[in-house]
Amino acid sequence: MNGDGGEEWRRLHPRMLAVHPFHVAVRAVPALLGLSVAGSRGGIPGHILSFGALGLMVVIGVLQWFTTTFRITDEHVQVRKGLFRRQVVTVPRDRVRSVDVTSHILHRVLGLARVEIGTGRSDQKGGGAVKLDALGMAEAAHLREELLHRRPAAAARTGEALTGTPGPYAATSVGVVTGPADGDPAASPGSGQAPWAETDALTSTGHAAAGTGPHGAGRGSPADPRGDAAPVTAAAHQNDAWPTEAAPAWDAGQEETELARLRPRWIRYAPFTLSGIVAIGVVAGFLSRLINEGGVDLRQVGALRDGWAWFTDIPVWTAIAASVVALIVFVAVASTLGYVLSFWGFRLTRHSGGTLHVTRGLVTARATTIEERRLRGVEVSEPLLLRAVRGARLIAVTTGLRVGRGAQRGGSMLLPPAPVAEVERLAEVILAPDPSGAASPREASPGEASPITVPLVPHGPAALRRRFTRALGVNALAVLALLALWEWAGVPAWTWITALACLPLAALLAADRYRSLGHAMTPEYLVTRWGSLVRRRVALERDGIIGWNVTRSFFQRRAGLATLTATTAAGRQGYGVSDVAMSEAIDLAAAGLPGLLDPFLVVPEKNTP
Amino acid sequence: MQTPTTTLRPPLHRVSRTAIWYWTVRACLGWLVLIGGQVAWMVAGGGDQRTLRISALGVTAVLAAAHVIVMPRWRYHVHRWETTPEAVYTLSGWFKQEWRIAPVSRIQTVDSERGPLEQLFKLANVTVTTASAAGPIKIGGLDRATADRVVHELTASAQATAGDAT
Repeated sequence: MNGDGGEEWRRLHPRMLAVHPFHVAVRAVPALLGLSVAGSRGGIPGHILSFGALGLMVVIGVLQWFTTTFRITDEHVQVRKGLFRRQVVTVPRDRVRSVDVTSHILHRVLGLARVEIGTGRSDQKGGGAVKLDALGMAEAAHLREELLHRRPAAAARTGEALTGTPGPYAATSVGVVTGPADGDPAASPGSGQAPWAETDALTSTGHAAAGTGPHGAGRGSPADPRGDAAPVTAAAHQNDAWPTEAAPAWDAGQEETELARLRPRWIRYAPFTLSGIVAIGVVAGFLSRLINEGGVDLRQVGALRDGWAWFTDIPVWTAIAASVVALIVFVAVASTLGYVLSFWGFRLTRHSGGTLHVTRGLVTARATTIEERRLRGVEVSEPLLLRAVRGARLIAVTTGLRVGRGAQRGGSMLLPPAPVAEVERLAEVILAPDPSGAASPREASPGEASPITVPLVPHGPAALRRRFTRALGVNALAVLALLALWEWAGVPAWTWITALACLPLAALLAADRYRSLGHAMTPEYLVTRWGSLVRRRVALERDGIIGWNVTRSFFQRRAGLATLTATTAAGRQGYGVSDVAMSEAIDLAAAGLPGLLDPFLVVPEKNTP
Repeated sequence: MQTPTTTLRPPLHRVSRTAIWYWTVRACLGWLVLIGGQVAWMVAGGGDQRTLRISALGVTAVLAAAHVIVMPRWRYHVHRWETTPEAVYTLSGWFKQEWRIAPVSRIQTVDSERGPLEQLFKLANVTVTTASAAGPIKIGGLDRATADRVVHELTASAQATAGDAT
């Protein structure tokens, strides 16, 4: 009606009427408990306050469903939400980088799935993602296909055209959040710019979407009377192009090449992931909350009291050994459970439509789709324990999905902890320039070494010295501080003795950190590796490198070293080559982005032919 | 290019000399908060551990004086910037120095900002952002006319380039 694509506004799945209030209530349980305790001191009984608050939350939860609508037009994904503060979030479809479909247990029981549409924005909370919580499972799957595989070819082209639009402000057009809005999100581009410019980080996108390029035309059109007859310019292109390019992709999207699948024997790596430590935290948190807010007195529980009595009776070394064994067993079991819960049924497939597709999860089902065009590289990550048993995991370096928010939950996981050989095979398949080479990965790069296996250049003795100075220096400082505290503040002596005993460990860590350091430049990738407790080897596509940061601390300058960071829009946003010789850093930077550094380089006369 | 003696020359332009005073005042304000806290601690604490508190305050004062005197001059010595039609290139920091280079074609926004303190000294800074959250380039301590000119130039040359900047 008022849309550029003439699409109707759709609501979330009606069953969410049951889920929203439930979620709101669950999230509010601690607060409600607190309220019931605190409230009882005042005049009104606490439980009445609690129930009142709960009722209010249920109403809010229900209202969420009524106030949220969305639509997918030929050019945009738009979500309207909010009761008092109406928001319209608009994401141009060619900026959709990834689609993440998740079903938590309640969702699964009700046949629902949450859709999270990732865009390239990484400088704001949540990666600028648009969430639809939730749709029916079939609808969610269909939406994913529609967004990533049936991408209108013309839209892709206009996306490229958009990039050429004038002005630095036009360079990113990802999402537009307009202020209080009625049914008509975009007034006219001209009037739209001024308020947007004052709102928030999304400012720049507003200019792009509203002001310039084919998308600007699309966005401006709602104000036009043509309304329902909307697909005038860009959409007409799309219709031309569909039969030739996009339609086959749509069909082929149904067929997919399987790149990896969870083998049950990989579960033996699970205890080494230590993800169970998180479980300990959760259990401890739950227990403390139970004690504090539920008023449970643990001393009243007979079994616990007997256990504690036994524990205090046995010799201290036995007690320590028993606790350590119990802890190890618990972490191992919890980690294994976590692994199975997260990764059961893991499957990585490649669609000929140009996407990678990950499905996984035993209870919470999760499906992530990553556009390969936006995949800027891969990260092979080896936590120390996992490395000890020759295991590793594979993480995508891509725009639209952030890494580092708990690899178990993050959408960027390409392979759960698995044998290194398997990880490397998969990494090569994924990075292989020609998708048809997927079937025979070993032949993917016949001539030159692939970025996954290419030998790395070590960083030299100065970097080695620096590793030792830093590890031992920090440890020595800790020892000195503890000594001082022992001397003057009565801290027990075993603290500094322990710290002293850690010195050899620190030396080992330093040596291993040096061994990890390395870099290489292949024709297409910058490869860097660092870290010891978690060793990471990243192959970053050179096209994905935006610029360079070179940092040198006072001590690095004295040692002639520098840390070179390649900035990128993908993954961690910047990947560093640590403690490399300054000249090497400059050579790397110059080779990585040819031409960029040339005006700033000083090449001594005698060396130029 | 592969000769080990290749070096990176510093960017051409220094920042405004007034920036020294701006940095001095900014650092002073930061230290004043800390010293104020310590004085409050000393007054509130009464008589016990008086020597400890006074010596802590003394140490802070010495550190503050050293920082306030050394840092701004060192910074002024280091800070440099340069823009060309192809690239933005800055050098900043003092104890830890940082070179940042980004191609103009990857620029997403060019912002100029004047904080209250900067207005006092008639200074402005220019922040150039790229698609990478690790890559914003900030040129601080420019006089207003220069800042305006830099924004103008960068906007103009960014308009002239293509690419989706990610």
